[in-house]
Amino acid sequence: MKAFAELYRRMDETTSTNRKVDAMVDYFRQAPAEDAIWAIRFLMGRKPRRTVPTRQLMAWAADLAGVPDWLFETSYDVVGDLAETITLLLPAAEVGSDRPLHVWVQNHLLPLREKAIEDRERAILAAWRQMDESQRFVWNKLITGGFRVGVSQRLVVRALSRFSGVDGPVIAHRLMGEWPPTPDTFRRLLSPDTRDADISRPYPFFLAHPLEDDVAALGSPGDWLVEWKWDGIRGQVIRREDQVFIWSRGEELVTRKYPEIAGGAAHLPNGTVLDGEILPWQANRPLPFGELQRRIGRKTTGQKLLKEVPVAFMAYDILEHEGHDFRNSPLHRRKAVLGALLVDLPVNHLIASPEVTAPDWKTFAALQAQSRRRGVEGFIIKRRDSVYRVGRRRGDWWKWKIDPLTVDAVLIYAQRGHGRRAGLYTDYTFAVRQGDSLVPFAKAYSGLNDAEIRQVDRFIQRHTRERFGPVRSVQPELVFEIAFEGIRKSSRHKSGVAVRFPRILRWRQDKSAAEADTIETLHRLLEETT
Amino acid sequence: MSVTNAIIATTPAGLYCREGDFYIDPRLPVERAVITHAHADHVRWGCQSYLCARDSRSLLRARLGPGKRIQDLAYGETLRINSVELSLHPAGHILGSAQVRIERDGQVVVISGDYKDGPDPTCAPLAPLRCDTFVSESTFGLPIFKWPRQEDVLRDIRSWWQANRAEGRTSILFAYALGKAQRVLAGLGSALGPVLTHGAVEKINQCYRETGISLPDTRHVGEVNNLALLKEALVIAPPSADHPAWLKRFPQRSRAFASGWMRIRGNRRRRAVDRGFVLSDHSDWDGLVRTILATRAETIVLTHGYAAEMARWLQGAGLQAETLPNPTGDGNHSAGESP
Repeated sequence: MKAFAELYRRMDETTSTNRKVDAMVDYFRQAPAEDAIWAIRFLMGRKPRRTVPTRQLMAWAADLAGVPDWLFETSYDVVGDLAETITLLLPAAEVGSDRPLHVWVQNHLLPLREKAIEDRERAILAAWRQMDESQRFVWNKLITGGFRVGVSQRLVVRALSRFSGVDGPVIAHRLMGEWPPTPDTFRRLLSPDTRDADISRPYPFFLAHPLEDDVAALGSPGDWLVEWKWDGIRGQVIRREDQVFIWSRGEELVTRKYPEIAGGAAHLPNGTVLDGEILPWQANRPLPFGELQRRIGRKTTGQKLLKEVPVAFMAYDILEHEGHDFRNSPLHRRKAVLGALLVDLPVNHLIASPEVTAPDWKTFAALQAQSRRRGVEGFIIKRRDSVYRVGRRRGDWWKWKIDPLTVDAVLIYAQRGHGRRAGLYTDYTFAVRQGDSLVPFAKAYSGLNDAEIRQVDRFIQRHTRERFGPVRSVQPELVFEIAFEGIRKSSRHKSGVAVRFPRILRWRQDKSAAEADTIETLHRLLEETT
Repeated sequence: MSVTNAIIATTPAGLYCREGDFYIDPRLPVERAVITHAHADHVRWGCQSYLCARDSRSLLRARLGPGKRIQDLAYGETLRINSVELSLHPAGHILGSAQVRIERDGQVVVISGDYKDGPDPTCAPLAPLRCDTFVSESTFGLPIFKWPRQEDVLRDIRSWWQANRAEGRTSILFAYALGKAQRVLAGLGSALGPVLTHGAVEKINQCYRETGISLPDTRHVGEVNNLALLKEALVIAPPSADHPAWLKRFPQRSRAFASGWMRIRGNRRRRAVDRGFVLSDHSDWDGLVRTILATRAETIVLTHGYAAEMARWLQGAGLQAETLPNPTGDGNHSAGESP
């Protein structure tokens, strides 16, 4: 655990990706396989679930630290991170634990969830007593289910590749899907023998880069294949050895959540892997994304929901064909094979994403403007001869999204932020006008730069009206342009609407609260887009 | 609050002693100001006369410019004004920092100014005083603020510097120009390599040297053009220098910040420095509590920072505690620029 805590500290204290990779390589050089595999898992963001209710953990920590509950909560409010607050408050510890990471994880962390609450308390207090500050921090992050390192999967792959000499894409592929965190997995991960196979393993996704210039800069439309950017969950459907696996892009196995797709995929020939989008789909068109959310949360899906929110798999691509990795074939060839494969299937839950054709970019732009009414997010533009690469790369695949919807809204509540913004008021609730009053309709956290955040924070400190626990109501004076991707009716919100992915576009310092938009504006947007 | 007793009262201009007709660290220009220490947020420009500790004189002169009336007292020396006795005592915050002790008819009020109870080679150590009313700062008045040992922090700074040297990178350490910079300088010594300073720091160094504090040799960074030397150097600069225009002279660099606020990871990340060293010239939570209890004061008045929280905790411990309105008026609880 010493080495892993040190690795975390080194990665945390630098913003340079090279230094992060150096730190990981140094770690892998000295870590035994049984520790290293756990480290990889955590670095990749596959964190263990929370082991103790937060309230309980706060109470134990406050007790051990000899701090009253209100002071613990104030401290938490200032620090903005539970694991860190506990670490800062616990009595000083001089010596750290020499116990290896895998022992801490396997023998102490994972069994926690199975234990009675008193035994959990005993185990956690014992762990705190044996650890130094940096180990406690990592441990607290793990037991609170909040373990996160600012490192992308690509960097982990780069470090492993540099450490082992095995090609990055090979490692990236081996890290996909589910694998047991054993020394054996670690050895196979870095093995120079590339004939390994696991029938459930998906391929790393290739992601489109946002279009940076005018679309006309792409040159002749004939070189490009244009399709709708469907609004669902990106996923892979795998058919191998008479079994079906459905993976979401978050690398979660979701086969059982979508029985319609799994049933359809059973008709695919063995040795087929499709890349596409899981969509709520009815009467040949997509339902709003919000409907799909009703199915995402469920482990299994009841008959009622199956009927109300049917899903389909909109296939973009074929990554494995007749048992062979097909990713290096040009896109036009893969599309042809995909089309031929799906057209013969006796099911309608697997659809080949249709190509959109137009003579010139101007016509494409006119079509793109219809996206919202069609229930899509815009276009994906792919070079016809492109191969299927790994990760988000410039050059071959572009996403051309529609502009978000926007309204000017008034800041009415604020709460302190977390992480980098801990201690500052950065989490805001916005309202639109309704007659003489204001009705809240969205929360947003991001979109301002650091200087603006400080300025707004000062305003909030000086213009607080009331406090409700950590939330402050603020004099309604500041106006912000709020952007969001979609809007739908909602009986759960006071405003009667729910917006999707709201964020701050800009601070309208030129506007007063009386000039903010009204509830009628929201209703009009709702009508226009559905 | 309203500490209004026979000795001091709160006024719009700050804490005021009517009998002696002087203000302590006034916020508005007044006739007579008693200054606890020379940080900008404690020295109001435009008063008729200033009184400070002898060790603070040179610093105050540098801040106010020539022609201002500055009177000084040695630590412990008593000045009698009407029926009050005024004396200044070490606060351990920076060179010349003082607690203000006022006695009248056997009643004693002590105004702490900013203080720390840890070691500092550049100023006299905090002298705890017995009193009836203690006005204490509480900048870091939450139990999350616990300082590591100074020698451990200095060791970390040295090894950061040595690692940078080995890689040919300039080590740039941001520290408040008055107090923190000199404490770090004196603590590190000059044995490790060249130490360069920003102009603002160099100016204060002169005052320290004039006052008889020995600091290692330093050079103003503006005089150095030798890139090889820059790569080996430790550069001490105020936080306000942390912008691209000033940094561009150090193509290869590592940036660090020395402050008590670095105790919180969010502050380190917000500054986006490579290293945050937890080194403060204020007391941490334990130091505040220790100092407050040592006064055995009947009434404790908290000001600056987490005053309300500290007061509530002291009340919970059975003490009589209250708060002064925050002098900056905005309850700014973050890693601000104020020392």
